[in-house]
Amino acid sequence: MDSGPAELEFDAEIPFTREHPAWATLKRLFHHRLFLFGLGLFGIILLAAALAPWIAPVDPTKLAMRFKFRPPGADFAFGTDNFGRSLWSRVIWGAQLSVIIGFSVVALNAVFGTLIGALAGYFRTLDNGLMRVNDALMAFPAILLAIGITAVLGPSMLDAILALAIVYIPRTARIVRSSVIVLREMEYVQAAVAAGAGHWRILRRHILPNAMAPLIVQLSFLFAYAVLSEATLSFLGLGAVPPTPTWGNIMAEGRQYMIEAPWIITIPGIALMITVMGLNLLGDGLRDVLDPRLRIQQ
Amino acid sequence: MKRNYELASLVLRRVLGALPVLLIVSLITFGMMRLIPGDPSSIIGGLSATPAQLAQIRSDLGLDEPFTVQLLRWYGGLLHGNLGRSILMGQDVMSVTLQRLPVTIALSAYALVITLVLGLASGILAALRQNTWIDQLAMMIAMLGISIPNFFLGLLMIIFFAVRLGWLPTGGYIGFTDDPVGWLRTSTMPAISLALLQVGLLARITRSTMLEVLRQDYIRTARAKGLPRRLVVMKHALSNALIPITTVVGIIVSLLVSGSVVTETLFSIPGMGQLLTQAVLNRDYPMVQGGLFLVTAFLVLINIGVDVCYSLLDPRVRHG
Repeated sequence: MDSGPAELEFDAEIPFTREHPAWATLKRLFHHRLFLFGLGLFGIILLAAALAPWIAPVDPTKLAMRFKFRPPGADFAFGTDNFGRSLWSRVIWGAQLSVIIGFSVVALNAVFGTLIGALAGYFRTLDNGLMRVNDALMAFPAILLAIGITAVLGPSMLDAILALAIVYIPRTARIVRSSVIVLREMEYVQAAVAAGAGHWRILRRHILPNAMAPLIVQLSFLFAYAVLSEATLSFLGLGAVPPTPTWGNIMAEGRQYMIEAPWIITIPGIALMITVMGLNLLGDGLRDVLDPRLRIQQ
Repeated sequence: MKRNYELASLVLRRVLGALPVLLIVSLITFGMMRLIPGDPSSIIGGLSATPAQLAQIRSDLGLDEPFTVQLLRWYGGLLHGNLGRSILMGQDVMSVTLQRLPVTIALSAYALVITLVLGLASGILAALRQNTWIDQLAMMIAMLGISIPNFFLGLLMIIFFAVRLGWLPTGGYIGFTDDPVGWLRTSTMPAISLALLQVGLLARITRSTMLEVLRQDYIRTARAKGLPRRLVVMKHALSNALIPITTVVGIIVSLLVSGSVVTETLFSIPGMGQLLTQAVLNRDYPMVQGGLFLVTAFLVLINIGVDVCYSLLDPRVRHG
């Protein structure tokens, strides 16, 4: 006869199949063709950067005048420059530098952009002050502010990282702030307040995890801007100082020989393009999957 | 009459709203020069400078005075349009800027026209032909545009169009008022290499905005009542899609001015970007400080203009 509530029996027969949400997101990302293409492009650069000591064992600063201006070929895969240095080594060690700079700027943004954005978005008393300074920093044209900061700090790789972090943190903070403002008013957050949770716990456990999607999208584009801006700074002579090879300063040095030896500027230029395009495609894919409201490709 | 009053109050509100930003911008530019580690006078004077020369440089820059006096001097100078003397140029920072800024403005304006024409056209076309090869091609070119560094594109164009084909000069600048044809010849390659990033951005934004508008009910209604597609697209869809796109123009101008730094250096164009790069490389601190402030103030003004246009186009913003 009748044995207990129907729902219980129903529940018992269905195995627990719900996927972990992170797994579902990953699966959707790996079905996004452009994301995979971007990942592939950026993957090439990451691999080159990670394997630099093994795939480019020749010292990128080693001069060998008798080999100067060799075009790409069997002896030198990417040719040589005006000092006979191997462009293969210089471009690959340059990739490592670009990746280090990109990661550092992204990491500094993730920490300080989130911190400033969360404080401004959550505590109304701080919002006005923090955001005015933010607006002022964003009013400067990005590269001009970066070169202004390098004027103060002097040209070096570390200073380029700091300058770019200062330029982009306000932009990241603004994105985090706008998510936090929306989340702060959500009912589940008010429920947490009512339950007696402290500010720190609410921010860390209830608000920030839900503000991550737009932040991650922003950080992947930021990586592209950071690599591109650093190349621009070092092209202008304001980044890492020669003979340290960066894509920007290789191109700046190659500029005088662009007619006789066009490979000196073309190869690092293409490497830079591959990086930026890979990251842009990655960012587009992440946005489509994580943050459908901001979707560009329909 | 009422409309004029409304406009005036709108402009006034925007200008007042921008004042705190300008105040902080000026504080940052002032503070930056004071943060230089060590003694700027020894950097400017070099190793061979005598103590007397160093003292002279310090007093020229006002660095021998207490901090508050320096700050007051800076703001007093700002109010009088006096931003100090450029060490490199030996001239007043303000007058050097007034000579150089129009060059950057002309170049940016040219690039802005290219951006608006190509970006809007390809974005609209891609949206109307959504998911066809035209759409995919347009978005592929847009992706290339936002991925190719402008100095790399500039270098490739110099090699191809200036050196190989000899169509255009490799660099240099002729003022528009001196010789319009010469201006076009010297500015076209820089403007294109400067614009391409923004063309890509604008095409992507235009496409997504258009697609969003085309999905709206009033577009379906307009088509359903038998209006021709061309009229619906141009009048109903485009005029509504353009409103949010207006706000992007302010960002585009800022990106163009930012990009002009490297473009001007590459093509030897005597604009603000080249001037400030030279100033940084030569440690001309008063020029860096004053130039950075003036360019940023100029951009803030542009943004006020964009904001006012936006409010005029969209009554919801004006009254909201």
